[in-house]
Amino acid sequence: MKELICIVCPKGCHLKVDEEKGYAVTGNGCPRGAEYGKIELTHPTRVVTSTVRCVGGAHPRCPVKTDGAIPKGLIREAMGLLEAVTLTAPVALGQVAVANVCGTGVNFVTTRAM
Amino acid sequence: MYDLIVVGGGPAGLAAACAAWEKGLRKILLVERDKELGGILNQCIHNGFGLHHFKEELTGPEYAGRFVRMLQDTEVEVRLDTMVLEITPARQVHMVGKTTGYRVEEAKSIILAMGCRERTRGAIAIPGARPAGVFTAGAAQRYVNMEGWMPGERVVILGSGDIGLIMARRMTLEGAKVLACVEVMPYSGGLNRNIVQCLQNYGIPLYLSHTVTDIRGKDRVEQVVVSQVDAQRSPIPGTEMVFDCDTLLLSVGLIPENELTRQAGIEMDRRTNGAVVYENMETSLPGVFACGNVAHVHDLVDFVTAESQRSGAAAADYVLAGGREGSAAVLEVKNGDGVTYTVPQRIRPGLVEKSCGLFFRVNRVCGDSEILVTSGEAPIARFSREHLAPGEMEHIVLPRVLLDRAAGELTVSIREVEKA
Repeated sequence: MKELICIVCPKGCHLKVDEEKGYAVTGNGCPRGAEYGKIELTHPTRVVTSTVRCVGGAHPRCPVKTDGAIPKGLIREAMGLLEAVTLTAPVALGQVAVANVCGTGVNFVTTRAM
Repeated sequence: MYDLIVVGGGPAGLAAACAAWEKGLRKILLVERDKELGGILNQCIHNGFGLHHFKEELTGPEYAGRFVRMLQDTEVEVRLDTMVLEITPARQVHMVGKTTGYRVEEAKSIILAMGCRERTRGAIAIPGARPAGVFTAGAAQRYVNMEGWMPGERVVILGSGDIGLIMARRMTLEGAKVLACVEVMPYSGGLNRNIVQCLQNYGIPLYLSHTVTDIRGKDRVEQVVVSQVDAQRSPIPGTEMVFDCDTLLLSVGLIPENELTRQAGIEMDRRTNGAVVYENMETSLPGVFACGNVAHVHDLVDFVTAESQRSGAAAADYVLAGGREGSAAVLEVKNGDGVTYTVPQRIRPGLVEKSCGLFFRVNRVCGDSEILVTSGEAPIARFSREHLAPGEMEHIVLPRVLLDRAAGELTVSIREVEKA
């Protein structure tokens, strides 16, 4: 039995996950908590947010996020990919900054127009 | 003459202006001192916003962007690079803008949505030398996320509010070493999820009941001394830990930015550092409303949005009704045991349509508890909670029928419940 604090939403439910019973989750307030509890103990993932260089826009950096969750172990490698990216304004919301991050099929996309 | 002037183009001002437009106001002016709309959301590039309002997880810029686009679909007039200098009781708004110069605009109603600012080193009087390298967490967030500057390489964070926690992760991902997060209280001021995903996930230690007692360094921070504190929050000699670092980030609280409010002679609440507001977010000055972090500091932007929409709708009702005649009976909302503030502070039951939401904070961490609402000796309502904490704003809804049973005042208190 493992105890976790759910990070899916600001409520922060106290989850209990039973590894021996197929990662059955208790203490969750919603179905997403049950999913999080299982994934967190089997193959934890995160959505990564950061910024990339941007020229000609309102600011020198443009915010980006992965358009899906990537394995936690790949966060550092994914961050490293952003160093090489420079966008040029005009930048559209949702524009792909890095495609297929570390072979996951997930992309870094911009989170604002600039 | 404008129907409505909104002061501030962050999440509160955006939601309020959109709501007032939807309710039928047509001459609306929104004034923002920055060069763009969106406020602090623009620098909050992490995700987790919008779960309540949009039912999906957005980053700060995405959340702001949605409201900016909503506003662009209206004919609300926006003045950027424009600073409001003074608001008079006659609802004249003095402002100075980069291209428009000094203007005095008149309005039938005003919404105060100026947000809040961070407590600084001076506000909490940290002893020690005065080198470069001491930043508020929000300032560092702007440098990193918008301007593209790294404030330092080895970092200690004082305060475990959400901004500090978010910056611990952000600085780590950008290659800095975050040595510790230090909190003077015996519990964190941030959300549990942020302690997990920003500190624990990156192996950053959280020192509760500790504070910074010295900053060392000549031109740049070289060391920060952290000491344990006792129950009175006084440092305990002999418990000092020395961290070799070049940066100290402060996440030690937010103060509603109410210079304009005070200057206008609007009644303030010392508990929230915001204006005293009625059930519809109206201040003591008729036709002037306040919403968002200028009224009280929120944990979640979703709640700012909801409150601001109510405030925008109320301003529209006020203007469309041609002001308000007469006076309504008022209930004063008082803090009972364990409650540090309530918003609204006053309720006019006669102006409540169906129900009235009430936000408040508690002064201690509780397990199974009851929230009690009483009027004099009479119980009005009771709500149960599994968990209460000072870092998490509480919200209850009081139906009109219950408010009608109260007389003169309402008291909100909490009580721990013994488990059977």
